[in-house]
Amino acid sequence: MMSYVTKSPWIIHYDGSSCNGCDIEVLACLTPMYDVERFGIINTGNPKHADIFLLTGSVNEQNIPVIKQIYEQMPEPKVVVAIGICATSGGIFAECYNVQGGSDKVVPVDVYVPGCAARPEAIIDGVVKGLGVLAEKRAAMVKK
Amino acid sequence: MGKRTIIPFGPQHPVLPEPIHLDLVMEDEVVVEAIPSIGFIHRGLEKLVEIKEFTEYVYVAERICGICSFMHGMGYCQSVEHGMNLTIPRRAEYLRTIWAELSRVHSHLLWLGLLADGFGFESLFMHSWRLREKILDIFEATTGGRVIFSVCKIGGVRRDVSNETLQSIIKTLVDMEAEVKELTDVFINDYTVKSRTVGVGVMSLQEAHDLGAVGPMGRASGLVQDMRLLGYAAYDDLDFAPIVETAGDSYARTVVRIREIFQSIDLIKQAVAKIPDGEVSVPVKDVPRAECFERLEQPRGEVIYYTKGIGTKFLERVRVRTPTFANIPPLLHCLKGCDLADVPILILTIDPCISCTER
Ligand code: SF4
Repeated sequence: MMSYVTKSPWIIHYDGSSCNGCDIEVLACLTPMYDVERFGIINTGNPKHADIFLLTGSVNEQNIPVIKQIYEQMPEPKVVVAIGICATSGGIFAECYNVQGGSDKVVPVDVYVPGCAARPEAIIDGVVKGLGVLAEKRAAMVKK
Repeated sequence: MGKRTIIPFGPQHPVLPEPIHLDLVMEDEVVVEAIPSIGFIHRGLEKLVEIKEFTEYVYVAERICGICSFMHGMGYCQSVEHGMNLTIPRRAEYLRTIWAELSRVHSHLLWLGLLADGFGFESLFMHSWRLREKILDIFEATTGGRVIFSVCKIGGVRRDVSNETLQSIIKTLVDMEAEVKELTDVFINDYTVKSRTVGVGVMSLQEAHDLGAVGPMGRASGLVQDMRLLGYAAYDDLDFAPIVETAGDSYARTVVRIREIFQSIDLIKQAVAKIPDGEVSVPVKDVPRAECFERLEQPRGEVIYYTKGIGTKFLERVRVRTPTFANIPPLLHCLKGCDLADVPILILTIDPCISCTER
């Protein structure tokens, strides 16, 4: 895998309206058991530093502007990874009145990580897939 | 009086994984008022009860919050069961107690980690979460899930845990105790850590009472209040006393939670020693017809579950009053007069769970 990673991707995480289950699994990825930092992946709070946007939870009226704003502030090329079934489609909450659906309603999603809660292994897998997409996007940008 | 400035805090903020927004009214470096605005994470899941059968709603209740997910499921089940006069097997009650206490250990370790992260002690954060993984491994071995278990159901629990597994859980916990002690001693004794918590955000007993603080937030100010004393599940068989501190500052809140980790480990030991053999669930043949209130002690404090059945498979109403909701007024009180740099720590010391609060 290391040969695959030519860049240390920084991630930013925003919790749409998740139940916390996926958020703590995202954080668990950073801790010694899974330790994504060994791949140079760092969690940042600043959208302008981030390459990969991890979104958990579904979208609603109030968080749509926040998600859009974070996405727009991120520099190109950027990748969005939707984590958990909530971010994918709304999941168990899809029928709630304040849930508009998955995060792809607001921002273009590149990788979907299903699961409720998504397991750390799956999240890491999703981020690694995201790295592939990131490399493609960068190559496309260079060509232009 | 200095010039007043308003500093927005959140909804996307590095110390909190969850979105909450505060408008901090500042006078120079001092916060004079904090105005919260919530709603970023509201889903409206109490209303889902109208379209999900009462036996299915357990899964929704569990997803009110991923950190105390087990206790939400348990609170909902207890409330429905009491409303139906359904007596569940004793072994199921014991298993629920064991899982609930394990959840408390995992939640408090998680919180200690977030606190360490809040004051910038990265390795302490890593160690707390490393220890927490051991608890998650127990969950995975006994229920199949790491954070959402779906193991509670109306009428008992979904699966039994063999006595050998219970013994191995005890062994893991005993092995862990020394490590937890080593970790928590840093929070209790380290000079630098203490400089961030001692005397920060003091709340007196009277204030805690008046503002309705619950859980560790109240107990750190000397409020003797622990819903486990009501003796739900198997707590009536177990021997414990609520953990109370009196200083009312962030340090006291940390100490209460640390002592509760050891208390929970002790409770699990007691429960494993006493657990009876037998069935773990009873069939549910009826539908709920009554209203019922249930109070439980979650890691963050008292949660209240209200369910109202009307004789169909769908409940008419479910209402949850979560501990963080009760702890927001005490938080706003503590924020008044604090330094801007202490705001993240103060928000963390109530152990906020926004997704519970807004549901
Ligand atoms: S996918 Fe499941 S665990 Fe993740 S945020 Fe949604 S409800 Fe919670």
